[in-house]
Amino acid sequence: MYRLESVSKSYVRRGEVVTALDNSTFQIDEGEFIAVVGPSGSGKTTLLSILGGMLAPSEGSVFLNETSLYELSSEARAAVRKESIGFVFQTFNLIPWLTALENVQIPLMLAGKSNLEQLEQANAMLDRVGLGERMHHRPGELSQGQQQRVALARTLANNPRVVLADEPTGNLDAATREQVMEYLSEFNREGRTIVMVTHDDAAAAYANRTLRLQDGKVQSWPSESRVAAA
Amino acid sequence: MRLRNLIWKELRQRPTPMFTGLLTVTLGVTALVAIQHITISSEEKISQDMDTLGANVLVLPNSVSLDDYYSADMHGKTMPEEFVTRLALARLPGVQNLAPKLCLETSAEEHQFILTGILPKSEFQAKSAWQGLNLVANPIGSDRGCCETSATAAGADSGDRTSLASTRTIDELGSRELILGSDLASEMNVGIGEEISILGDTFQVSTILPATGTIDDSRAFAHLHSVQELAETGPVVNVIEIMACCDDAAGGLITDLEAELPEARVVTLAQIVETQVAVNGLMSRLSWVFFSILLLVGGASVASVMYANVTERRREIGTLMALGASRWLIARLFLGKAMLLGIFGGLGGFLLGAVLASLIGPGWLDIEVRLMPGLCGVGVAAATIVALAATYLPARRASLLDPCLVFGDS
Repeated sequence: MYRLESVSKSYVRRGEVVTALDNSTFQIDEGEFIAVVGPSGSGKTTLLSILGGMLAPSEGSVFLNETSLYELSSEARAAVRKESIGFVFQTFNLIPWLTALENVQIPLMLAGKSNLEQLEQANAMLDRVGLGERMHHRPGELSQGQQQRVALARTLANNPRVVLADEPTGNLDAATREQVMEYLSEFNREGRTIVMVTHDDAAAAYANRTLRLQDGKVQSWPSESRVAAA
Repeated sequence: MRLRNLIWKELRQRPTPMFTGLLTVTLGVTALVAIQHITISSEEKISQDMDTLGANVLVLPNSVSLDDYYSADMHGKTMPEEFVTRLALARLPGVQNLAPKLCLETSAEEHQFILTGILPKSEFQAKSAWQGLNLVANPIGSDRGCCETSATAAGADSGDRTSLASTRTIDELGSRELILGSDLASEMNVGIGEEISILGDTFQVSTILPATGTIDDSRAFAHLHSVQELAETGPVVNVIEIMACCDDAAGGLITDLEAELPEARVVTLAQIVETQVAVNGLMSRLSWVFFSILLLVGGASVASVMYANVTERRREIGTLMALGASRWLIARLFLGKAMLLGIFGGLGGFLLGAVLASLIGPGWLDIEVRLMPGLCGVGVAAATIVALAATYLPARRASLLDPCLVFGDS
């Protein structure tokens, strides 16, 4: 599914060059559930941004289904995100002045679905995450756990093949954390590829492979067969 | 849900930030619409007045200044009636009619009013015959090359005495006949054929004029020589109204008149009107200046509000980009909002301006304001263009935001 070849990403921050990824080559197969772990500032979010087609690497190539992502125009990469990639954010990133239903409708609207299709699919997604009764509530009227479930429904709306999750349990209590991880596992069992950045070992335990980032290097644990750090 | 729903919902849910921008755009259009309505209606009224007044040149005593056409004979100064005869016999090209007037403030049956002496056309014909000129077609001038106005056309019905209200002249008038303005007649409660005693002389009401909405409605008219007798002024008049024809003919006429009567002052209605038209023109140009300034302020306000809106919605924009929104769609979110601001600002400004003009016009300026829907298009188009132009840079900035800002820093 994903293939990264000799990918490097450096920033200049306060006059110093920070290397987030250093000549990393690895692959993520279709249907994998990957946990990306590492200390703060190790480049986990940078990796997620690169995988999402939102941050061009300084060097190297990123292939998604054998298409070189960063040889595409930004408009074409937006289209790839719209069709194939779903995001889950730590802070949910729901639009505060839209209802839960309307938030879930957004990716469907961007995909050009009719109003009726949008309503049917958004309803079904919210029912799936157990929020069928709260679909007309705004995010401010929902608990943190409920907001993350709305965000999960929004992620699934366009049936993406890949879900990129950035600390999806970071703002949740233990019970809700488990519930969200169960949903992500369920999405993975349906055949979707999940790449999840997390600090939480319990959350990482749901993954079937862990990528550890340290000093710009990517290490795979426990299987080392797919990792070839430079 | 469509993009327009997204824009509309955001505006409805968070109207406050946009209010300032909307208000300034609305005020700009309001100023333009109100002033344009008033100036254009004023020009139309002047044009109508020019067409219906009949007399468009006034000969006045030298010391008189003129503020109001309808009270041109109310200044109390006089000049010899002989001036009328001189003008009639000069047969100047472009003169269609002469109407000398003398005013006398008087009372009858406990009612104060102005008795105005007028000279019927028959007097001019008598003078022509006496002079041996035998000018039956037009005894007072030469109307060659003249066009027909509604005033002269109305005057064609020479038997109708009520035409005095519009043509300022009358064919026949007996020495003890009285013509009453409509307001005065109803105030005195008298009808045609009834007799009224004025300064010891008895006059018979021969005609009641239709209402004109002018000071003439409160006047009484009698033969000039009868009024001269009552006022004991001798053969004098306060004003000579001249019905001059088309502009071409009237152009040279003024010079001829001034040459013929150097002792008097010749004032054309066009001069009076030109002043008003010049004021209207200035107002009209000023309205565009106000409009431009207010729209510039509105544009700056819209731009500032839009920049703030982009900053406030950075995470929202990033989220939309992460979900697959193109940069153009993000720009359209803001440009669409600007378009709504322009349309609503333009429409609101047009409505406010029209209401303002319809209140100020008749109330303060005595002008009936006609609604001009064309200004709605001008207002909406200009407001929309300004709002879109002001939003271009903020929208571009939004579309170029880094979508990675949606992620937490880790």
